[in-house]
Amino acid sequence: MARIVTFVCLSLALVAFIGCGGESAEKAASHDTPAAGANDPFADLSGTLDIAGGTAHIPVMEEAAREIMTAHPGINITVAGGGSGVGARKVGEGLVQIGNTGRPLSEDEIQEYGLVSHPFAVDGVCAVVHPDNPVAELTRAQLQAAFAGEISNWRELGGPDRPIHLFTRDEASGTRKVFWKKGLDKGEISEGANVVASNGAMKTAVAQDSDALGYVSVGHLDDALKAPRLDGVEVTQANAAAGVYPVTRKLFMNTKGEPTGLTAAFIAFVQGPRGARIVQDSGYIPLTAGH
Amino acid sequence: MSFFTRFRFETAAAWLTAAAVGAVLLFLLFSVWPLLVSGEILGTLRGGWRPFAAEPSYGIGPMVLVSLLMAGGAVLLAFPLAVGVAMFIHGTGSRRLRGPVQALVAFLTGVPTVVYGFVAVILLVPMMRHLDAGTTGYGLLPAILTLALLILPTMILVLDARLGRQDRLWMQTGLALGMSPGQTLQHVLLPQARGGLVTAMVLGLNRALGDTLVALMVAGNAARLPEGFLDSVRSLTAHIALVLATDTFSPEYRSVAAAALVLFLLTSGLTLGIRYLASSGESA
Repeated sequence: MARIVTFVCLSLALVAFIGCGGESAEKAASHDTPAAGANDPFADLSGTLDIAGGTAHIPVMEEAAREIMTAHPGINITVAGGGSGVGARKVGEGLVQIGNTGRPLSEDEIQEYGLVSHPFAVDGVCAVVHPDNPVAELTRAQLQAAFAGEISNWRELGGPDRPIHLFTRDEASGTRKVFWKKGLDKGEISEGANVVASNGAMKTAVAQDSDALGYVSVGHLDDALKAPRLDGVEVTQANAAAGVYPVTRKLFMNTKGEPTGLTAAFIAFVQGPRGARIVQDSGYIPLTAGH
Repeated sequence: MSFFTRFRFETAAAWLTAAAVGAVLLFLLFSVWPLLVSGEILGTLRGGWRPFAAEPSYGIGPMVLVSLLMAGGAVLLAFPLAVGVAMFIHGTGSRRLRGPVQALVAFLTGVPTVVYGFVAVILLVPMMRHLDAGTTGYGLLPAILTLALLILPTMILVLDARLGRQDRLWMQTGLALGMSPGQTLQHVLLPQARGGLVTAMVLGLNRALGDTLVALMVAGNAARLPEGFLDSVRSLTAHIALVLATDTFSPEYRSVAAAALVLFLLTSGLTLGIRYLASSGESA
């Protein structure tokens, strides 16, 4: 019996493994865009670059890393999440070369660690609901009341007679910070709200629950979520770029001191024209260097 | 010669382990020291968790209570089941099913926590949501159910190992005296395996208390006292995991050491307490 159970599990694992392998190979073939140009800044570089921190950054970092590594087998780039707080700490303590934050660094972080920030994108943060939810527009006052727990039924917001299920982000989240500051005007978030630890987890939670109200980075919006208009303004990265949609923030890469070598080349790549494309394809607004 | 017999590998291993545990305790005390000196520790142990309020407070009280409720509930559910399954394997169960059940339990012990958490999020949470539309489905009850499932195989395995050592001989003796397998189990084997029962309970309790992922994935993580079993709650372990990601210089981050110390003392205290109660009961 034990042997049969083991066999079944191993076969399932094998099937899953093969399935994943096929998919990623396909993906690699479908957008094959060489990072190497005529004078390639990575030509003489090799070694490992470790990146960690903000979860909103991950799609951009992974795509940039994949393109660079595809063109330069000698370079190895790892991308981890953890949140903005983790990003600042890890880079400050020298555990990674680039620590991402979705918020400006705190005075303490700059002073104690000697960190330097490299902004590369603008991101919007928006309230999200389940796609089946008929509520298409929210005013800021409604948003504040709902997140404070003063309004607890969708009926009061023009929706069905269903309770509102609140979802918020963890204490370390840069997304939470900007949504609280600019979306809720520093209004209270109910203590009873469920707490999720990443943009991805928020997406999963809201997509599963037809009564959910949460918020994500605009780059994470897709068909699984619906973003109601805020005070009549459509939630798009174009509106965020034009300054019409107000709940925005910059995304930063941070280094301990001025970057050199592979780290500097990576940052230049993300801030450069190819990086701007990746930023745009990931759903964010590129910031050109020196912006 | 005597030097080698006194400083054998086992002795070294035992001392090293003890020293590591001692070092963890010392480190935690060292980390909590600033809170102790400034008197902030009282605020950490009482009060609620309101880091964003106009007058912030960084209390871990709700999380301590939730951890105890969660682990206690899981053990209350899983322990009787574990005893039942162990009895099934060692006498009352059908002879053909015993082997497969034993193998299944051994297999379940090795299933990673994240798998239980994932399945709970996909299956259990929507079920809970239907139970009470006012709740999100993430909460205390689904966490207790998942943890009970998580610690069940571990508890069974401990009991199984303990009963397996003696059951054949005792069972034959019992049968020869005209007792049924069930009676032999109830009156002879289980009393004999008292130490195993206590060990199973302590191990299960500690695993439930220390588990982070299930609590983080299933319990909802709202940092307040629950009013019902379906309310969203945050365990001490999940709290540490969430707050550890904050800015190193924030007051939230400083309070994590206190949470870790409380968790450490809670686990050791409960283990010692149960062992003491069990041993004093034995001599009485």
